[in-house]
Amino acid sequence: MNMISPQRQRLIVIGNGMAGMRTVEELLKRAPQRYDITVFGAEPHPNYDRIALSSVLAGEKTLEQIVINSRDWYAENGIRLIAGDPVVAVDRALKTVTSAAGVTLGYDRLLIATGSKPLAPPIPGLGLPGTCAFRDINDVELMLAAARSHKRAVVIGGGLLGLEAAWGLKRRGMGVALVHLMPTLMERQLDTHAGMLLQRDLDKRGIAFFTNGQTEQITGTDRATGVKLADGREIEADLVVVAIGIRPNVDLARAMDLEVNRGIVVDDGLRTTEDADIFAVGECIEHRGQVFGLVAPIWEQAKVCAAQLAGEEEAVYVTPALSTRLKITGIDVFSAGALAAADEADEEITFADAARGVYRKLVLRESRIVGAVMYGDVADGGWYFQMLREGTDVAAMRDTLILGRAVATAALGAAAPDPNAAVAALPDTAEICGCNGVCKGAITRAIAEKGLTTLEAVRAHTKASASCGSCTPQVESLLALSLGDGFQKAAGEKPMCKCTAHGHDAVRQAIREQGIKSIPEVMRRLEWKTPEGCGSCRPALNFYLLCEWPGEYVDDAQSRFVNERMHANIQKDGTYSVVPRMWGGLTNPKELRAIADVAEKYDVREVKVTGGQRIDLFGVKREDLPAVWRDLNAAGMVSGHAYAKGLRTVKTCVGSTWCRFGTQDSTGMGVALEKMTWGSWHPHKVKLAVSGCPRNCAEATIKDFGVVAVDSGWELSVGGNGGIHVRATDKLCKVETEAEVLEYCGAFLQLYREEARYLERTAPWVERVGIDYVKRRIVEDAEGRRALHAKFLHAQQFMQVDPWAERAAGGAVAEPFKTLVAAE
Amino acid sequence: MDGMVVTGRWTEIGQVADIPRQGARVVASRIGDIAVFRALDDTVFATLDRCPHKGGPLSQGIVHGHAVTCPLHNWVIDLRSGEAAAPDTGCVRRIPVRVEDGRVLLSLPV
Repeated sequence: MNMISPQRQRLIVIGNGMAGMRTVEELLKRAPQRYDITVFGAEPHPNYDRIALSSVLAGEKTLEQIVINSRDWYAENGIRLIAGDPVVAVDRALKTVTSAAGVTLGYDRLLIATGSKPLAPPIPGLGLPGTCAFRDINDVELMLAAARSHKRAVVIGGGLLGLEAAWGLKRRGMGVALVHLMPTLMERQLDTHAGMLLQRDLDKRGIAFFTNGQTEQITGTDRATGVKLADGREIEADLVVVAIGIRPNVDLARAMDLEVNRGIVVDDGLRTTEDADIFAVGECIEHRGQVFGLVAPIWEQAKVCAAQLAGEEEAVYVTPALSTRLKITGIDVFSAGALAAADEADEEITFADAARGVYRKLVLRESRIVGAVMYGDVADGGWYFQMLREGTDVAAMRDTLILGRAVATAALGAAAPDPNAAVAALPDTAEICGCNGVCKGAITRAIAEKGLTTLEAVRAHTKASASCGSCTPQVESLLALSLGDGFQKAAGEKPMCKCTAHGHDAVRQAIREQGIKSIPEVMRRLEWKTPEGCGSCRPALNFYLLCEWPGEYVDDAQSRFVNERMHANIQKDGTYSVVPRMWGGLTNPKELRAIADVAEKYDVREVKVTGGQRIDLFGVKREDLPAVWRDLNAAGMVSGHAYAKGLRTVKTCVGSTWCRFGTQDSTGMGVALEKMTWGSWHPHKVKLAVSGCPRNCAEATIKDFGVVAVDSGWELSVGGNGGIHVRATDKLCKVETEAEVLEYCGAFLQLYREEARYLERTAPWVERVGIDYVKRRIVEDAEGRRALHAKFLHAQQFMQVDPWAERAAGGAVAEPFKTLVAAE
Repeated sequence: MDGMVVTGRWTEIGQVADIPRQGARVVASRIGDIAVFRALDDTVFATLDRCPHKGGPLSQGIVHGHAVTCPLHNWVIDLRSGEAAAPDTGCVRRIPVRVEDGRVLLSLPV
């Protein structure tokens, strides 16, 4: 048999970019045997994710990481890839293409996916060395090289692309100025208000803006030296990046005598109007007068074009509603549909919280969302967008709509629409996951055919909900619809991880009731699906065993997260930070001198005061840790456990010793609490604070256990934290003596660590079980409280050993810190 | 993807017993730190000590089976192939390793 069957038709793809290759992927799914495929690419690289170039520029991804299809993939699928050799001519009569290098091949079907070119305005000086666009790998390499050897960059263009270029160059250490023709940034996606907020935030990050700036000239003779604006302003620069937009790359199509307006004109089947054997997709096309620059409609085109190529002539392309997000770390922008009311019949609802930098605007037409602009907090962007796409009538929740999904649906109360019903009503072709282009039918088929029962499994098999996660509720609804009660039950007690079907509570109960005392035994008795667990369940099991059998269970260092194994905090560059304990935040000249000496002796790169009133030494090398600890130990300091899922710090105010408002000795109380609780392990970090009066300078009401002194005693409160979801404590009770504070604290911590799930802080735990339950156990049940406190103290006698001193002394526990040396 | 580059020159870096089970040790080399892992079943693996994601020190991750979870962002790397587990994609360079009479030998690029 011939490898190549004579029935196969020849498909040539011009363009090895995202649109062309996605079409090929879709085609392989539908009709893998139909064509012999040859792909020509102008760039010498395999197919890569052009959208991620800004992440490469910002140093968040490497070039290797953005490759979509490796050369192996082409080989495995029998596709011939001719990269770095663009097609220069097509003879439609003979049905042949010819490349720059002179390769001529015949085709039966041709797919044009030549993408777009950067817009290059007629500015004098453009094209000098030191000027570039922001379009392909070559541009990014140019920009990275400039960032290494030069200091100042000017980016022309304040749209999505220009802003991402500016931010990437800033991240690479350049001074960056951005010139934008319009008064506000991203004016096509953001209204004036959101555009101003964006400019304010980027300005704070050190990007200089020149809005209303028309570039007249790029200065320089041998190399770009700056930019001159029409109003006379001049900006010096070693690198000028022009990112003002793109235009369809239609040169070849024009030479082929295809119909071309702004882009190559195609019909609803993505077929060119002049030649039924020639298709086109992506940024090079024009469909019903529209050209394209975002990925979502292009994925849709790829599907329809592939269906057409596979012989499904009824497949029709319709441009979906579009949404935009900006890829600048820490700056959240969302935009979809109309930016403003078009006429009097439209309504705008806005919400602004200037202090938090949050802004939202919805544009409504006949009780339906037709536009959304969000800045700062964009979590509900997907929700608004879904309603926009589906034309949901929002009249019933209009009053609270702008406050977001949680408030709006809660306000509906009993009338809340069943989310499952909404998903059930969608057609199979409805897209659920916008990031990965997965439709409802693909998910339900995977659930049925592969027997999927969990969100994780759906993610693994279909990629739906595997990227940004905003479609997770819909995917869960599909699971619920497909599995009925089977899924509900699984949701009731979520498995700990993929290694087991058991939830945290069930595993703990088994450890307690069956007297299980080692990790391998837990896995054997509870029929773990993996022989050794994973990086997620092992630390949890280690903690549960340690908590249940203090003094008996031997801590498994290999099941500890790195920080707890190394007794220091790992940083992004692989070095560590070291925080010595300072009881209640107190220190003295001897300790400070020792810290200063350590900082100099071991080249500590940064010394910083922490939020918990400690001193943090950054940039310590792994091999130096034991010596650093030895020196700190010598001055009387021990581990501050700043790395622990355990007791971190007790923060205090100065209290009655010095403060004219102080009612009690809060510092002394804090030291006593820290002496009792240090070294204790918990499901998550635990922070305490003691304030000497209700002015609460130690911020005790956002701590796991907070103490506030009043004239007649101490107010105790629990379950607070800062962090993403700030939560103030719930009041527990008031007590009179220091001994009582210690007893209530020990009892509370013991109850928390016995009953909360691993990695659950006190705040969500208290919310889950309710403060009344905690009060019943700690306040109302005096005997139970004393028993819990006694259990806490019993465990502490095994825990209060300074891990630093053990390792600084050398021996086997110090070995892991040393680097091995290759024998010569 | 990096293939295995065997130079033919094997260098001893220590004993298997120097590496904790389900753990790793770091070996300094001209091409950067190398992580030498010892699985629970005593199989020894060696890779560059740099996660393909953001360069995290894989030697400090939790070892489970013939895989390690990176300590920085929890990518799971298959120590046999060097490949990241789906949905992440990336590959860490493996270093040829051999055990003889309890001694661990690496083939380091010259």
